[in-house]
Order: sequence, then structure tokens, then C-alpha cells
Amino acid sequence: MTVTAPALAEVTSSNAALRAFLHGLPGVDKVGADARAAALGTRSIKTTAKAMAIELAISMVDLTTLEGADTPGKVRGLATKALRPDPMDPSCPPTAAVCVYPSMVSVAKEMTKGTSVKVASVATAFPSGQASLKVKLDDVRDAVEAGADEIDMVINRGAFLSGRYLEVYDEIVAIKGVCGDARLKVIMETGELVTYDNVRRASWLSMLAGGDFIKTSTGKVQPAATPPVTLIMLEAVRDFLIATGRQVGVKPAGGIRTSKDAIKYLVLVNETVGDGWLDPHWFRFGASSVLNDLLMQRNKIKTGHYSGPDYVTLD
Amino acid sequence: MAIFEYAPAPESRSIVNIKPSYGLFIDGDFVDGAGSFKSISPASEEVLAEISEASEADVDRAVAAARRAYEQVWGPMPGAERAKYLFRIARIIQERARELAVLESLDNGKPIRESRDVDVPLVAAHFFYYAGWADKLEHAGFGPHPRPHGVAGQIIPWNFPLLMLAWKIAPALACGNTVVLKPAETTPLTALLFAEICQQAELPPGVVNIVTGAGATGAAIVNHPDVDKVAFTGSTEVGRIIARAVAGTGKKVTLELGGKAANIVFEDAPVDQAVEGIVNGIFFNQGHVCCAGSRLLVQESVADEVLESLKRRMATLRVGDPLDKNTDIGAINSAEQLARIKELTAAGAQEGAEAWSPPCELPARGFWFAPTIFTGVSQAHRIAREEIFGPVLSILTFRTPAEAVEKANNTPYGLSAGIWTEKGSRILAVADQLRAGVVWANTFNKFDPASPFGGYKESGYGREGGRHGLEAYLAH
Repeated sequence: MTVTAPALAEVTSSNAALRAFLHGLPGVDKVGADARAAALGTRSIKTTAKAMAIELAISMVDLTTLEGADTPGKVRGLATKALRPDPMDPSCPPTAAVCVYPSMVSVAKEMTKGTSVKVASVATAFPSGQASLKVKLDDVRDAVEAGADEIDMVINRGAFLSGRYLEVYDEIVAIKGVCGDARLKVIMETGELVTYDNVRRASWLSMLAGGDFIKTSTGKVQPAATPPVTLIMLEAVRDFLIATGRQVGVKPAGGIRTSKDAIKYLVLVNETVGDGWLDPHWFRFGASSVLNDLLMQRNKIKTGHYSGPDYVTLD
Repeated sequence: MAIFEYAPAPESRSIVNIKPSYGLFIDGDFVDGAGSFKSISPASEEVLAEISEASEADVDRAVAAARRAYEQVWGPMPGAERAKYLFRIARIIQERARELAVLESLDNGKPIRESRDVDVPLVAAHFFYYAGWADKLEHAGFGPHPRPHGVAGQIIPWNFPLLMLAWKIAPALACGNTVVLKPAETTPLTALLFAEICQQAELPPGVVNIVTGAGATGAAIVNHPDVDKVAFTGSTEVGRIIARAVAGTGKKVTLELGGKAANIVFEDAPVDQAVEGIVNGIFFNQGHVCCAGSRLLVQESVADEVLESLKRRMATLRVGDPLDKNTDIGAINSAEQLARIKELTAAGAQEGAEAWSPPCELPARGFWFAPTIFTGVSQAHRIAREEIFGPVLSILTFRTPAEAVEKANNTPYGLSAGIWTEKGSRILAVADQLRAGVVWANTFNKFDPASPFGGYKESGYGREGGRHGLEAYLAH
């Protein structure tokens, strides 16, 4: 992308300017993007590479529970697992974060204090985002005050799809303004944006507004994360870094269930943006069940045999 | 060292049983030829097998067997019965797909990812497709009673050994012809395995005959008086010799020859996918593709951006062991071809174009060439005019659609072209003006048995694939 920083300041001066900029981004050919993601999905990751990828994937998991039935006890259990995913093996790395609703942030924070495991909280009337800006801002403030290190917000898809890009932008800017030191993950809900052109535009819009991460999905809408959508987001953060010098993280969330899935995403990262993003600070998996499969595969590599689902904890 | 290094992931070669020596496949049996030569793996220079070399007398035996089979069995057989054999062959190809893919990669040097995911599936698809036509020929648009020619002599190149065999044999057999096919001398092994598949399918003896050898064997086929139809894929130089040889003989001929395709990237192209298309266009199969997008024409306003993206993408290409499942670019097929690529790239540098290759370590043994792009290329440079047939891309720029069309057409060839733009009307307008047999829009090097393929000008004549591909094997 040949975009200069001063030019970028102007693109958010009006909805028309922002629209012109977003629609001026190179298009995405769906057939080609799907084919590229599928081709990278055929990479064969074996032996030492597989062991390394599984270790890295575990350290990138945002271990998540976002259920109406969540209780402090369940969140404590989840945090315990995040800190020591394999109770029988202290050499297993902790996950990157636990991801909970705002009401559970203080419980999670108590458990993870003084460790590397972050507490991420969904906010802004998650998952639909159907609330006033005032309510969304209060939601974020609550989570931040309770100790959240990261905020996972949802964008206003209704405004985005009807072309009110500046409204979406202003909302992200306002939310970033109350995040304090917390890193802001912007959930675009790509399953509702539908087209790949929209995914690219929403990615740029979220980054321009100050998002520290762009994230595919809430996990409440199908389809959630897919390899081609993640590929397009990786291309966007790569181009944004070149254009602005600022690095933004990527988080596919939802639908990533097996180690094989996770490794495919790491291949996408490796061959699209490379080493710079192969780090839990810049790439995350929003998932829960994938962790157990990663642990079973890790055990298999270490011991040479499968232990079975009774040897990993159910949460 | 990179964080995520892929460990070696070699496909096992134990699935394929390569014999120490192979005879000629004539009249349903393997028989010894007059001479012999060796087929090597271009990735390691290891000798794979000793191959019989067919003399004029051997070719004569093969043509006689084909004639007998045509007159007594295959010609009179109802189309629905011929179809059964072709369906059976297609299914056996699918069943033995891994074996064929490994053998193709060993003998040709192409990455297993391509032989496994592109070549062999397309081979099976061609047999399935033409099997379906065998009993419907009177509805193909070539008159109410189309008849086969008789014996077809077919000569195929080394770049897609098994796929070119399928392009030739499937339509010929579907139409009721019998064949004498010569695979290239550097890549005979999958054709010989195909001969075993014909035995396994219990194809009547003589319907398919495989004679191995070099130019002299090919000449014996072309010049044989009892061959009714010649089909050739290969260099324009040899194509000319064949055209001269068959002139005035009454033999039917189709030629699929060289190319110097333009891949045209407009400023409103989907850049990331266009870059993939450029890479696929020229580095697929080491650039050993007659329809390769070997000339990139990029609109000046996005040239820097596209070039930068292309270089970044090329740095991720994995060159090496063809049997490693993560290899993107394999070995150059022969020492001779490598020398030709080196000669032309040296000429490019000498004429003032600037070469660039990503850092990549090439294996010590075998025939290798790093993926290379040339910038600062003009229409007058040899690398913009001659077919390199290797992983070498010449990059030129243009400012207007008219200039793009003019440059794209300014070549003695006309096999294929690519257009990259988000604007549908531009695709149609430009495609209409390009003198190329195949025009891809927002993709490149996509093949399908239902789609006809063939060239304008020095790229040859006749069409292969689709309903059009039947015409070459029918008298009407």
C-alpha cells in the first residue's frame, strides 16, 4: 500500500473521505483468496515443526468462556487452566489470556495477578453491540476498572453495512479513549460483513481508529473465523504497518477446534506476515476447546502415544 | 533463523515400484526395443531406470498393432463399450494416484504438491470427461456420423508427462482411434506405468502402444505411412519440422507449441490475488509451461507496489526436494533445459535488464534454477520475445489499456494471456482484443477437461480439451 501518514489523517475528516479511502483499497478476489488459503492449508507440518507450532499455539490461546451460565467458580477453574494448562507438566506454557464477561473480570484478575496471563473482557454490549454509545462506554469502563488488561469490543455492523463508516470509526475512537492502558481488540464479526472487500475495509477502519488488534468474530455468529478471512486481515495488518509504522495484532476467534486447524492458522501467519506476528503479543486464538486438543497432541509428541480425553481437564 | 521452520516432510517413494528396465509397450505387452537409454531424476541425477529405445522397425510394429486393433476391435466397438474402458482407466488412475504422483515427481522434478494436487487429478478428470463423450459423438456438432481417423501418432513433451498423455489418449480413444504415443525421452516412466494401467484395465491389445525414445523415434512415428493423424505438443521448432513432414501426405495434424504469454495487471486489480496469479503464472511447474505468464505487463501507476509485493511473496517460495510436501519449486527437468535458461537469462542481463532472485539455497546435485524476475525489460529484449521455459519472469509496464493490448499481442506466439482487474467490462473488452487461445481473468494456469486449449500464430493449431478437442480425432 502506498499510503502516507499525513494522508491517513485526512481520510477520517468526513464520512465521504473515509468512504472514498476504504473503497479505494485494492479489491479482494474471493476465488483467489480462498485458493491461497486452501493452498497454505496443505502445508505439511511434521516432527520438530509440529512440536514448536503446538507450543506456540498454546501460548497464543485466549481461553474463553462467554456463557450466560458462567459462575465465579467456572472462571476460577478456567484461570487455573490458563496458568497451567497441563496439570501434570509444568513445562507446558500458559495461555496468553483468559477471556470473560465484564462481571467476571475481578474474579479472573485475582487468579492471574502477577503472572503473564492477561485478563481480556468482552464489552460494548457484546455480542450484538445493540446499545447506545453511553452504555457501551460504561461497559468498557467497568471492565477496565475491574482490572481488564484487554478489551474485546464489537463494531457497529449495522452502521458499517449501511455505509456510515465515520460513525463506526468515531465509536471505536471513543472506546479506545476509555480503555486506558488496556489493549483494544476490535471484533468485526466478519460473518455478518459477509464479503472479503468488507473484511478488508473494516480491518483498515478498525486500525485507523486505534485498534490494537483486529478480531474476526464473537463466536456467537456463523461463520466465525475462517482461514481466508484471517488471511485478508493479515494482509491488512502487514500493509498498515508498511503505511504507518504501527503494528496491529490479529485474532481469529470461533470455530478453531483442532491442533490441525491451529497449525494452519500459524502457517498463514508465517507465510503472510512472518516472524513479527509469531508471538502471543501479536497473534491470538479466541477459543476454548482447541486447548485440549493441543494438549493431547503435545502429550503425544512427548510420550509417543495418545493419552485420551480423560487425561486433559474438562472445564 | 526464522521462528517457524518447516521440518522435512518427504512423501514416501516406497509406494512406487520402479523396475530396473522397461521395454516398449506394443500390442498389449512389454517388448525389448533396439537400443536403450537411461531416465534420471533431475533433482539428484540418480538413474531411475533403463528405457528401451524404439527404432523405425519397433515403431512399425507398434503402428501395425494399432492398425489391427483399430480394424478388428476398437473401431467397430460401440461407443458405450469404449466408454467403459475409459471409465475403468480413470478409476484406476484415481486408485493409483499417489503412486503416479510420486513417480511423476521423481522422473520430472516437479513438486509432489503439484503432481498430487494438479497433474494426477486432472489426468483422471480428462479420462472421465472423454469417457462421457464416447457414446454421444453424433451429438457433438461434427455431423450425424463422425468417424475416427484410424491410427493416431502422438508425441508429448516432458513438462506434464502424464497430463499431456491424458490430453492425447483420452479423446483419441473416445472417438474410436487407436494410438502410438511417444513420451519425452527425459520423462518416460509415468507413460510406462500408464501402460501397466491399460493392462490392468484389460484394454484390448494394440489400442494403446507406448514407444520410448528421442527425436528419431518421434520422426519414425510422424513419417510412418500408416499413421492417419499426428498430434504433437512441444517446441515450435519441432512443430515446424512436423508440419513440413506431413504436408501433402493427407495426415491430419494438430500442434500445441510454445508461448510467451502476457499477464496483464491493471491498476484496479485485486493486488494480493494478482501477485499470487503472477507467481502461479510463471513459477508453477518451474515455468516449464507452454502457457506460462512469462511476460508481466503491469500498469505504471501500480508497478512499484506490485513489484514490492511480488518480491516479498517470492521470498517465501520453497525451492528444493520435489518429494517434500512443502516444496513450491522443484528441479529443472534436464541439464539441456537448464543450459537454455542460463543462456537466455545471461542475454537478459547483457542487454541491460536487471535480474532479481530471492535468497535461496539450491541443492548441490541435480538441475536447479532460482526463481528470477527481470525489471527494466523492453519489447526488444530477447527475454521478452523468446520462450525461456523456466522460472524467469520479464516485467514490462504500460500506461493505457490500448498499450497493454498492443504489447501483449506483439509476439509471434498466442497461446494464453491473463487479465487482472476488478472491472468486468474491461475484462471483456481486453479479452476480445487479445490474440491468444486462452485468456484467464483474475486467475492463471487453470485447466479443466471441459475447456478447450490451444493457440494462435506460432503457438500451433487445433484445440485440445472440451467438445472442441474431439474434432481433431474425428473425420467429418
